[in-house]
Amino acid sequence: MSAVTDNTTPVTQARPLSARMSWVTLAPWLYTLGLFVLWELLVIALEMPPTILPAPSRVFQAILQYWSPIWKNSLQTLYTTTLGFAIAVVAGLGIGLFIGWSKTIYAGLYPLMIGFNAIPKVALVPILVIWFGIGTIPAVLTAFLISFFPIVVNVATGLATIEPETEDVLRALGAKKMDIMLKVGIPRSMPYFFGSLKIAITLAFVGSVVSETVASNYGLGNMMSSAQSQFNVPLVFAGLLMLAVEGIAMYAFMAWIERRMTGWAHRSTMAQ
Amino acid sequence: MAHLVSPLVSIENVDMRYGGPNGTLAVSGLNMKVGKGEFAAVVGPSGCGKSTLMKLVTGLHIPQGGGVIVAGKQVTEPVSIVGMAFQNPTMLPWRTTLDNILLPLEIVERHRHRLRRHKAEYVEKAEHLLETVGLKGFGSKFPWQLSGGMQQRANLCRALIHEPELLMLDEPFGALDAFTREELWCVIRDLHAAQGVTIVLVTHDLREATFLADRIFVMSARPGRILKEHVVPFARPRDLEVMYEKGFNDMVHELHGEIAKARVAA
Repeated sequence: MSAVTDNTTPVTQARPLSARMSWVTLAPWLYTLGLFVLWELLVIALEMPPTILPAPSRVFQAILQYWSPIWKNSLQTLYTTTLGFAIAVVAGLGIGLFIGWSKTIYAGLYPLMIGFNAIPKVALVPILVIWFGIGTIPAVLTAFLISFFPIVVNVATGLATIEPETEDVLRALGAKKMDIMLKVGIPRSMPYFFGSLKIAITLAFVGSVVSETVASNYGLGNMMSSAQSQFNVPLVFAGLLMLAVEGIAMYAFMAWIERRMTGWAHRSTMAQ
Repeated sequence: MAHLVSPLVSIENVDMRYGGPNGTLAVSGLNMKVGKGEFAAVVGPSGCGKSTLMKLVTGLHIPQGGGVIVAGKQVTEPVSIVGMAFQNPTMLPWRTTLDNILLPLEIVERHRHRLRRHKAEYVEKAEHLLETVGLKGFGSKFPWQLSGGMQQRANLCRALIHEPELLMLDEPFGALDAFTREELWCVIRDLHAAQGVTIVLVTHDLREATFLADRIFVMSARPGRILKEHVVPFARPRDLEVMYEKGFNDMVHELHGEIAKARVAA
């Protein structure tokens, strides 16, 4: 009897398991679809006017209707965001290595960094406008300012948490600070760095769109704010949707880079 | 005791205090001599300054009082004739086991400039070491693909690759299970016999100390100093069976009593 039950249980378990596997890959799409359906139903049920909450069908219609300006402004926002993000990567890596280099620099600059990060970046946009005028440059700089902090913190953390034993072994062999940084510190901080890119890229979108909304004639931020002033609410939502799509795409790209560059740090999934 | 005429390591009346003039006194009046080619073990209650001893001998700390002389020279900076291994194997996960073992060669002054041109020669040496510790063919694996015991074997290879005259081991087998530990005792025993390297082993395990060492130093509680020195009488090569002899157990028992007394005194 027990032999029979032992035999049947794996069989009955095997089928739902393989089904579950494909459900996992399908899940993001199904949940997104579910959200849109819920949204649509909610709008119908509450009889929302499109000037307050347009249904997704109305938003997609707006995307088709205004495709040309949406496409142009999406590209502009993508451009300012990635440019600001690229500067943030270079500067963040540099400052992170600098801060992580010594305990004194770390102690001295860290409070300054925290204070700087606490400033709402939207408050800086007017200053940037005074310096550079409205348009692309403030958007790029806002994207940079908002996204470089997580990169700095992560790189510095990676450097600051070298195991003391590793350092002892190398120092006993006559290693200089530079040797330890090159052989251990920098490779060690790379997973932190690539991990922070995912956070930084989404923040960069926040920065560029905020700046475009306040002070630009281009970009999705500007498009949405002018659509809003014309009560074209479906177009505002179309802009939000495009931002979400760009955000997800860039996030996925960063996640892919992370996996490619620091596979050893994800060893649990790779081990034998 | 002819070997004491020219000791490789000589610690003379050393005081070491951490954290300024009112800080903790880690060791005080420490005296210790280890002859060339000798296998010394240091045992004592926890917190007795054994790790400080490691750092003094390797030149990572310079004592405030007394002197440390290694290979005839006063230690004023890290001494690169030393290899070190800790309880935590600290293999770098982004390097293969072989590249981890070659790491010291990228640091030590007399090898780092030769490494690129003589790579094949060094790799061969590393593979030979891997074979000696029973890891033949594992060089291309990443450390996280190895078990704890295998990582510790690789760690020993890394400590030995630059042919140090002195090997400092800080509880290298502390985190391993009993059988793996005994296997590695034999590995260390054979390395010592084959390479003639001087070894200082810091450990909590009295059986380990008695099985491996020629001489055992018993340290007092903090501030640490040497309470007693034992010469281990068992003939080499020693078999694991020696641990079941009466003389062996008596010695472990005696050490145990001394450390228990040192703990109470603290």
